[in-house]
Amino acid sequence: MYDIKEYYESRSVADAVALRLAHPEAHVIAGGSDVLVQMRDGHRAGVELISIYMLDELRGVRLEENGDLRIGSLTSFSHITADPLIQKYIRVLGEAVDMVGGPQIRNIGTIGGNTCNGVTSADSASTLHAYEAVVELTGPDGARRLPIRDFYKKAKVVDIRPGEIQTAILIPKDSYEDTFGYYIKYAMRNALDIATNGCSVNVRLSPDKKTFERVRIAYGVAGPIPMRAPTAEAALCGQPVTMENVERFARTVLADINPRDSWRASKALRQHVAVESAKRCVIESVKRAGGVL
Amino acid sequence: MQSVGKSVARVDAFDKATGRAKYTDDLCDRNALITRVVRSTVAHGIVKSVDISQALQVPGVVRIFTCFDVPDLPFPTAGHPWSVEEAHQDIADRYLLNRHVRYYGDDVAAVVAENEVAAAQAARLVKVEYETLPFVLDAQKAMEPGAPVLHEDYPDNVLKHTSIRKGDYEAAIREPGLICVDKWYDTATVQHCHIENHIAYAYEESGKIVVVSSTQIPHIVRRTVGQALGVDWGRIRVIKPYIGGGFGNKQDTLYEPLVAWICMQLGGRLVKLDVPREDTFVSNRVRHAIRFHLISYVRPDGSFAARKVELYSNQGAYASHGHSIAAKALGSFPQLYPCDNFEGDAWTVFTNKSAAGAMRGYGMPQASWAGECHIDDICRAIGADPLAYRRAHLMPVGYKDGFSKNELYYDTFNQCFDKAEQIMDYSRKHAAYRGQTGDVRKGIGMATFWYNTAVWPISLEHSSCRMVLNQDGSIQLQVGETEIGQGADTAYAQMAADVLGLKDYRDVHVISTQDTDVTPFGLGAYASRQTYVVGFSIAQTGAILKQKILDYACEITRCPVSNMEIIDSNIVRTVDGRILVSLKDLATEAFYSLTHSVHLTAESTYQIKNNAYSFGCCCAEITVDIPMCRITVDKILNVHDCGKLINPQLAEAQVHGGMSMGIGYALSEQLLWDEKTGKPLNNNLLDYKLSSFMDHPRLQAAFVENPEPTSPFGTKALGEPPACPVAPAIRAALENATGVVVDDLPMNPHNLFKAFTKAGLIHDPWREV
Amino acid sequence: MENQYRIIHFNLNGKDVTCMTDVRASLTDLLRNDFRLTSVKKGCEVGECGACTVLINGEGFNSCIYLAVWADGKQIRTLESLLGPNGELSDIQQAFIDEAAIQCGFCTPGFLLTAVEILESGKLYTDAELRKLLSGHLCRCTGYENIFKAVKKTMYRRLGQPYPDA
Repeated sequence: MYDIKEYYESRSVADAVALRLAHPEAHVIAGGSDVLVQMRDGHRAGVELISIYMLDELRGVRLEENGDLRIGSLTSFSHITADPLIQKYIRVLGEAVDMVGGPQIRNIGTIGGNTCNGVTSADSASTLHAYEAVVELTGPDGARRLPIRDFYKKAKVVDIRPGEIQTAILIPKDSYEDTFGYYIKYAMRNALDIATNGCSVNVRLSPDKKTFERVRIAYGVAGPIPMRAPTAEAALCGQPVTMENVERFARTVLADINPRDSWRASKALRQHVAVESAKRCVIESVKRAGGVL
Repeated sequence: MQSVGKSVARVDAFDKATGRAKYTDDLCDRNALITRVVRSTVAHGIVKSVDISQALQVPGVVRIFTCFDVPDLPFPTAGHPWSVEEAHQDIADRYLLNRHVRYYGDDVAAVVAENEVAAAQAARLVKVEYETLPFVLDAQKAMEPGAPVLHEDYPDNVLKHTSIRKGDYEAAIREPGLICVDKWYDTATVQHCHIENHIAYAYEESGKIVVVSSTQIPHIVRRTVGQALGVDWGRIRVIKPYIGGGFGNKQDTLYEPLVAWICMQLGGRLVKLDVPREDTFVSNRVRHAIRFHLISYVRPDGSFAARKVELYSNQGAYASHGHSIAAKALGSFPQLYPCDNFEGDAWTVFTNKSAAGAMRGYGMPQASWAGECHIDDICRAIGADPLAYRRAHLMPVGYKDGFSKNELYYDTFNQCFDKAEQIMDYSRKHAAYRGQTGDVRKGIGMATFWYNTAVWPISLEHSSCRMVLNQDGSIQLQVGETEIGQGADTAYAQMAADVLGLKDYRDVHVISTQDTDVTPFGLGAYASRQTYVVGFSIAQTGAILKQKILDYACEITRCPVSNMEIIDSNIVRTVDGRILVSLKDLATEAFYSLTHSVHLTAESTYQIKNNAYSFGCCCAEITVDIPMCRITVDKILNVHDCGKLINPQLAEAQVHGGMSMGIGYALSEQLLWDEKTGKPLNNNLLDYKLSSFMDHPRLQAAFVENPEPTSPFGTKALGEPPACPVAPAIRAALENATGVVVDDLPMNPHNLFKAFTKAGLIHDPWREV
Repeated sequence: MENQYRIIHFNLNGKDVTCMTDVRASLTDLLRNDFRLTSVKKGCEVGECGACTVLINGEGFNSCIYLAVWADGKQIRTLESLLGPNGELSDIQQAFIDEAAIQCGFCTPGFLLTAVEILESGKLYTDAELRKLLSGHLCRCTGYENIFKAVKKTMYRRLGQPYPDA
């Protein structure tokens, strides 16, 4: 039994928006794998809840007319992984969210919830950053879209305004096209864990597979919010596909990231793993792109 | 048909496979009042005041009890047999709720409410004012002069210090040409993590306080509840249904006294206390973190000239099982690798951590870690092969311990090693993996262990058994040694069927639930003793019942008892094999005979004054990803000599479980406390890294079946031993793969990162930028 | 609280049911307390241990972190649904018994339901895939070994293929 003060069930997106406006103090619950846990541990005990879980209209993956991929915010991790469009165009995202918790968590956990809670360790977040995903929020004035890097403001704080709920995450066509990626979740066990470090890389190689045309890398748990490593990316873009370049790139990520020391892991270990993961992710991405290292 | 030695299905399998098996919470009425404990938010302090005014305003709150309300009756919690000699009684240092709080999470108050939401809300609103005291988390620091004192009676925080002295250590180390290996080893605090948390509920009935509890030791809990409440023990009735694992945590009195006392205060109303997982980690028991200092002086041929062992056992805030664990750990050293000149000292030390108690292995996982790591370190120092060294220097056949009178009757160690070598291809791989280069390497390692079955001669060992013949020739069987998941009930049924000559072990109806009003007195499940000790009482009680059956058979068949035997549930004339009467017909006659009606039953107690060594080894093959600071176990095998197997399949399953715990102990598990506040950091199943399904390889178990001469069934300990040798075997494999060793558990990425950095296998990334 | 109770309709173990639930209840609470389906076990109540797993529309969920009101309109299965009309064990239950995959039994109901989800997919999984599919459950007794064997053997049996284990 949860310590819920009031409970409101949304019947449509418009209903959810109205409930948000009517009950500004209420917390939005999607799958609940974070919200309910925090209610139980006391952090959110006694709050009002607006459930959007029953909004099936926010589930599913489809291609927009312009070729962008649209992932409904309530799409569960397991459905993202199993989705043919995801497998075809952005396999790494399906793989990344397939490392969240365990199977049952991946059935309840949603990509919207994973991003709206604003935590740096979210397994979807680094890949979404690396693909320059766009977040769609729907509020009283309709929908607005913003780049995911702007959506994350600071640790556990995202840009959701009064009356808004997140309704979709979009991956622009130019972002995923001809792009191959790889994600490494570094955790203390192989299931039921949160990332000590999450590293997502994607590359686009030149037609002859000899040059890095575009390289993007993003991290979870390398700072208070998920982050890109722009210095490292710049160092590899336009460079020949060689192991020396990959290793230099990997070391350069240290100029961008700023993991912290905590009881969960030392800064030194996180930095070390970030470098090693960057290297391994690029190697795998190149392999998937048909390149040779 | 013989049952013992066969892999028959568990007697409780159907109920557990269908969800019908009832555990404590499943039996509790839904109208129970809910108790929630308010826990201290300081690691050490004195409660100055408790303000419950706000909490009482929460609708649904029934009562709130604080540390100022409870009786001044300190009680012990250890699941040991009571001792009638005061000197051997467990330390009584517990109160139902505490004014002097000694760890972060200590019990300060208890809220009772009509539902769990109200209880949780009120618990958050209880305001406790503390006089905070300095605290200490480390055992050796707690021994330093000026360290914060936890218990007045123990001004140096040392609960107990024991020593073993043999020969002349100081003289022996002066022998010329000796090589000295002097090292420290440390182990982590870990928790049992049974999937069912401890839960208990209480109500009054017929003038008695009935406590239904998830416990391994119902009869012991009855006594401790009586002691804690100041109530005659006969007025306490403890019922133990199926339990969702215990592993030693529930070999302690946990919240039974508190819930029983609250029930009494509320006029006998039904009260439940279901411990949340987060509290289980903190306010139940943990395994002692033991730090070892081992010094060995060896001759170039590897033989020991002298050895010294010092161990510091972190007891946490309360005595619980006290020094028994450290003492058992210390006692293993001079026995496993005998040495003429030995000095050993063990200190059990109070600290402001969660209280440590029994956990699978009872000191032996820790001792095996330090002891076997040390053997490997000696081998490296003298250039010896670790397996050959063990074969040469382990306790020899015929070794007899003066205290326990235990004897090594067989060439067990070599037999276990032979089996492991052959199954794992150890020697070839061990040689092949030496001197690898590259980021990812393989390694293989082996380690052994020592374990004593049951608790004689440290304390009482006995078992009482009741057998009741039914009309259909089946029997009911009751003992106080509990089924806790290990399969004890099934082993009992198999043994009893054979003793009585029953056709099928399913004709033995083991009453799984212990009810102290009904079940014969027995001490419970611990010390890997159940099958061993119950074997005696089943053999004895079965013989009594059999005699009664045959006497009755003589009455109705006129055949002399000496010429009859019970075979496959029939009374058979031994001279010609003729079936004289079926056991069923005999039983029905005995029940309803108009000439001589008798209920054929037997009950007896067997006091055991024996003990038995249990041995074996673990062989682990691993992959080490050096840059990722990660060990993956690829193949692992435990070989055990636990005597004759009662049920080979269940024995294997027991070994798997122990190996799994060993893998967690080796690689990932560790409870952490904040050094600045003493607050537990990872007391939940997400942050405490219990191995998941994806962290295990296939687990293999093999056996060497040397019949144990002291047991009627040739059996001895298996429950705890499998957890003991795993961690040092993995460490040996790590050394084989990389040349690097880790001396402090666990070998998780944090510690491997440090070790690999120190060894120059990985580099601090900052330095290269 | 204004709207503390809600009437929900769902299909439970093949039977349509209607009940009033407290909106604060978890599905674990609802199934254990209102329907007395005590195979749904509580081990952590935060979705870590998997003991409370039930199948909702064919997928495994931790019922402890699933609100009871969300059951409305769903098909829910607990372990109690597996037994045949005459008390026959399903093949996977029998396999858990045959392989000694049960010890204390507390994680067993949850594991069995995940096994059902795996088996009903009709797919043949590799060992690594099977481990991953089963990884939402913690067990402290078995080291997962015999559970793995029971599920794998049943998978092969259902697909009519010889069991390849060495």
